[in-house]
Amino acid sequence: MGRLQGLLFALATVALVVLATFYFTRPWLPPLKSDRIAIDHAIWLSLVVTGAVFILTNLLLAYFSWRYQDDGRTRAAYWHHNPRLEWSWTLVTALIMCTFLFKALNLWAAVNAEPPADAMLIEVTGQQFAWNVRYPGPDGMLGRTDHLLASQENPIGLDKSDPHAADDVLLLNQLYLPQDRAVRVQVRSMDVIHSFFLPNFRVKQDALPGMTVQIWFTPKETGDFEIACAEHCGLGHYRMRGQVHVVPVAQFDKALADAAVQ
Amino acid sequence: MAHAPEAHAAEAHAHAEEAFIWKYVFSKNHRVIGIQYYVTAMVMALVAGLLAMLIRLQLAWPQRDWGVLAKLFPMGYDVGGGFGVMRPEFYAMLFTMHGTIMVFFVLSTAPVSGFGNILIPLQAGARDMAFPFLNGLSYWTFFVGCVVILSSFFIGAGAAAGGWTAYPPLSALKGAVPGSETGQTFWIIGMVFFIASFTMGGLNFVTTIINLRTKGLTPLRMPMTLWAMFLVAVLGLLAFPALVAACLMLIFDRHFGTSFFLPTGLVLNNVPLLGPDGKTFLHQGGSPLLWQHLFWFLGHPEVYILMLPALGFTSDILVTFARKPLFGYKSMVGALWAIAGLSFIVWGHHMFVSGMNPYLGMAFAVGTILIAVPSAVKVFNWLATLRGARIRFNTPMLWAVGVVSLFISGGLSGVWLAQSAPDIQLHDTMFVAAHFHLIMAGAALFGVFGATSYWFPKMFGRMMNDTLGKAHFWFTFVTYYGTFFPMHYIGIAGHLRRIYDPYQYEFLKPLQPINQLITISALILGSSQILFFVNFFWSAFAGKKATENPWQANGLEWTTASPPPHGNWPGPIPEVHRWPYEYANPDFPKDPVMQHEPLTAAEMEVKAAEGPSRHEH
Repeated sequence: MGRLQGLLFALATVALVVLATFYFTRPWLPPLKSDRIAIDHAIWLSLVVTGAVFILTNLLLAYFSWRYQDDGRTRAAYWHHNPRLEWSWTLVTALIMCTFLFKALNLWAAVNAEPPADAMLIEVTGQQFAWNVRYPGPDGMLGRTDHLLASQENPIGLDKSDPHAADDVLLLNQLYLPQDRAVRVQVRSMDVIHSFFLPNFRVKQDALPGMTVQIWFTPKETGDFEIACAEHCGLGHYRMRGQVHVVPVAQFDKALADAAVQ
Repeated sequence: MAHAPEAHAAEAHAHAEEAFIWKYVFSKNHRVIGIQYYVTAMVMALVAGLLAMLIRLQLAWPQRDWGVLAKLFPMGYDVGGGFGVMRPEFYAMLFTMHGTIMVFFVLSTAPVSGFGNILIPLQAGARDMAFPFLNGLSYWTFFVGCVVILSSFFIGAGAAAGGWTAYPPLSALKGAVPGSETGQTFWIIGMVFFIASFTMGGLNFVTTIINLRTKGLTPLRMPMTLWAMFLVAVLGLLAFPALVAACLMLIFDRHFGTSFFLPTGLVLNNVPLLGPDGKTFLHQGGSPLLWQHLFWFLGHPEVYILMLPALGFTSDILVTFARKPLFGYKSMVGALWAIAGLSFIVWGHHMFVSGMNPYLGMAFAVGTILIAVPSAVKVFNWLATLRGARIRFNTPMLWAVGVVSLFISGGLSGVWLAQSAPDIQLHDTMFVAAHFHLIMAGAALFGVFGATSYWFPKMFGRMMNDTLGKAHFWFTFVTYYGTFFPMHYIGIAGHLRRIYDPYQYEFLKPLQPINQLITISALILGSSQILFFVNFFWSAFAGKKATENPWQANGLEWTTASPPPHGNWPGPIPEVHRWPYEYANPDFPKDPVMQHEPLTAAEMEVKAAEGPSRHEH
């Protein structure tokens, strides 16, 4: 009876390892539609390395729990110190972690690098509970905004007296992106913190009131996808949903014009 | 090495005939106060657990009409016309208060304030805590905090709904979410009471452990639980003040028109929030990022405040039931110090996509990834402790191996999240929920369950029922994994946190069956806690009487009666002569060798030969 618990724990641990390994190796990530494949690689590398450690440590835990149970007769090994072993596993872990760190910092630097000079400018402004999308139009310049001017008809407070404002294209919850061309998105908020999340593009950036944060990426495949809000922003947080449409560069201007008319 | 004067025992005895109210209600006795903390935390856990069940029901069947629940919680479900669908603002309140209560009022309270008070004097060899009156005051301050937090459910538009992290402007603007009216003010006041209480407790812990250790109990002879309690108290004293400051600033922003966290240009519902002049903004020049820095400066050490005691309990329990000394004791102590130290330079990993400067993200990724090293050392040492052991699987041991299991499972996903770039995809998804429920909440919870069954004799003088305890463990262990492990998968798939109805999104629709599975598991997890409540209260009053040392453990707490008398030892306090894990030593006929067992003649010779510096083993 006494040995049953150890056996059960060992079996439960092995079952955990088998199930976890099976399900973790299935494709859970939303299909990638941008150039940020390096993020997927980093996730996969994390899975492989931590997965190996997970399997190894759990199998040891299972084996020891089953194997080294009290027999009521003999004593445990009097073994509680081994500097060489302790230093080895500390240094090996540190080495693996430094490798992760090196890769992680490089990738982070690449993601946050300056956008290409020809990147298309788009502004996304979150408000409870919608995404205001704005394109600079033919002049390539976004018109001035003044939050004091914000109203029902003019949610982002666009200053219509600014010459650059006249040709700005405004959309609500619809984001049109050109295929294979870098876009730099200026993320803002009118009220509380939102988070601009494009699951298929490996893009997430909090939208902060009082700050404009720029991110950039390159959409790679055409199609319709979703924008989600990833930061709790109030009772309508769950329905702060938008749509992304990636279209070939040649059709981009027409698609945007058609969308703006609607 | 200071130790309490022996006269204190006699004095303490004279106090034993106190009236009920001074003995059990406004007590100054560390054990009674510890039990008060513990039982209050149980009540709070019941509330927070119930909130979790409602969250899970919503995520599995979001648009379902819950007739019964609409009658029980009219404010949360009745959307009119007798249609009992949950309201989104109620959902926001549920996850906000679930997180707040669990993190602070349950999982900081039960292991730290509960077991800290029960165990520190017993393991350190002290008559009581250093400041018994402050100790009682700390409990009643905490109690007021609990009352404030619980009462917030019943006032105005309900409890706070800005998330347990209370990010402004959501938590600062009354019109931003219904809970940001009176609920958020109560939340802040409740937190300030909690922090005041925790600070009093922390001062007591640090002072007791530094000044009141018995003769011979050098730092490197302290059991891991005592080490953990010491470091936790230090973390609390250094980290919580930042949150008090932040809370006071938030109160000022909410009620007195300041702008610590509120930038210029806030527009709510397309209406600019103007000041009294009607021409300029009411709030100008603040930054919501400032709150996040202050909150997480506390918030990250806080998760180690939850976990370190559990790591200490686990080491102590593992050794007792493995009948084998703790492997790598010094590196275990070193790892605790490393984790505690690093915990202060990792807070920014909660903010990789917050909009703070990406260079800062790099710095925080460094600290975060490094913290994996001492964590891994702890796991390897535990595994090495089990190798060649003679394990007895009583209930406490099951919980201890459960902590090891959860610490591995939850810890490894931390390596994913520590890398700032993968965090772009995983931040604010259920992957994070899986990670912290396994490692922080799970390890702390399992640690508390293990400690409860292990030290129950010192709490109530009785044993908990072992069969019921094992049943409770198995139900909890299986359903805990069943609930939180699949959250990794849906999190990678992009399932957001804190979302009232995930299936508004096309890409989340296919995940509903997994959510239903998780919910069923969570409901079983929740209901199996009844086994624990029954076992706890039944055993406290009618359990088998415990002997002085029922587990054949070697620490100081096992050298006095169960439960210990007022003053802890009826006679003189035992002196300590050796380290806390002397099990299976082949040189001794008996096993274990108690910590207060004087050195043998042979050992004295060895010690004399080695010189005075090597005295810890």
